[in-house]
Amino acid sequence: MAIAGETYRSTAGCEELHVLAVDDSFVDRKVIERLLKISSCKVTAVESGTRALQYLGLDGEESSVGFDALKVNLIMTDYSMPGMTGYELLKKIKESSAFREIPVVIMSSENIMARIDRCLEEGAEEYLVKPVKLSDVKRLKDFIIKGEGEENIRTKLNKRKLQDDRHEDNLLPVSSSSLPSTPVSPSSPLVACDLATSQSPSSPSSSPPSSPSLPVCLTKRPKLHSS
Amino acid sequence: MDAVTQLQRQLVDYTNSLFLEGFLDDQFNQLQQLQDESNPDFVVEVVSLFFQDSERLLNELAKVLEQQNIDFKKVDAHVHQLKGSSSSIGAQRVQRVCITFRNCCEEKNIEGCLKYLQQLRHEYSLVKNKLETLFKLEQQLLAAGGTIPLY
Repeated sequence: MAIAGETYRSTAGCEELHVLAVDDSFVDRKVIERLLKISSCKVTAVESGTRALQYLGLDGEESSVGFDALKVNLIMTDYSMPGMTGYELLKKIKESSAFREIPVVIMSSENIMARIDRCLEEGAEEYLVKPVKLSDVKRLKDFIIKGEGEENIRTKLNKRKLQDDRHEDNLLPVSSSSLPSTPVSPSSPLVACDLATSQSPSSPSSSPPSSPSLPVCLTKRPKLHSS
Repeated sequence: MDAVTQLQRQLVDYTNSLFLEGFLDDQFNQLQQLQDESNPDFVVEVVSLFFQDSERLLNELAKVLEQQNIDFKKVDAHVHQLKGSSSSIGAQRVQRVCITFRNCCEEKNIEGCLKYLQQLRHEYSLVKNKLETLFKLEQQLLAAGGTIPLY
């Protein structure tokens, strides 16, 4: 399938994506490493934002950047880390001319709207609620391989994944009737989950989501609701 | 019923009970899916890291809560970490205690914190025991020449 007009990454033709994973938790580093390896990615896992910047050669040291660091295709970072948060790391990466094009994904155990907004607005590709699943990694990998230039609404809209099995109060009851194809009343399950338009979790918005046929709870992109 | 079948049955029943009783949640399944012939000890390794991490955090928590002037931010930070790692391995009951513990931190409720620390220790030792038993059953099954069933 031809993908028109994409910014074709230099990984084209190279099978393995190289992911830089940043997390201060031993347990989480081990898990993310395995998730990525099982998805045929090369992984470099570091324990802090500072280490990540060192690896990328962004720490201001004169030492030359390792060859490997130049080929990082994706950065996945935990949000809450001592010292430098994932958000601060994100900002530094986006400020760098060498690395700003690299997609950065934030991982966090906390499902906080304001935080998610902030990260996406700063340029994070996605905000994943922990624990990260294999399906998240697979989806990310596909997304990176296809390239960001692809105008794929579905991909862009799958920007935030909620914890289906943990946040049951947020979850749409999947009734036997099909999902409404047009946005409806505030009592519609789609609206209850339309966090894009509701700043406070307690106020269900009645404005329609932009893509009615969305799978549940899977979207958030600032520009979609900036109208 | 031969030994292997019996052990297999035992393992499946035991594992199911852990899920039913809420000790483990789906994340544990997710971890098991990441284990294969090339990484046959993955789950044990991750869980061992969790044990180490938890013990360190529980000790730190006890220390901080012993102080004259309790640094609730520090308490919260430790509980947050424990919540994260327990969530990552699917230790649901531990994770849940962490969530309520954090509320006490926010409220600077010393008594509440002490109570939840105790509860946390309790839940942690329960799940540790359960998981160690589970791993033992798996070892027995493998030693008898069986394979671990896909749950």
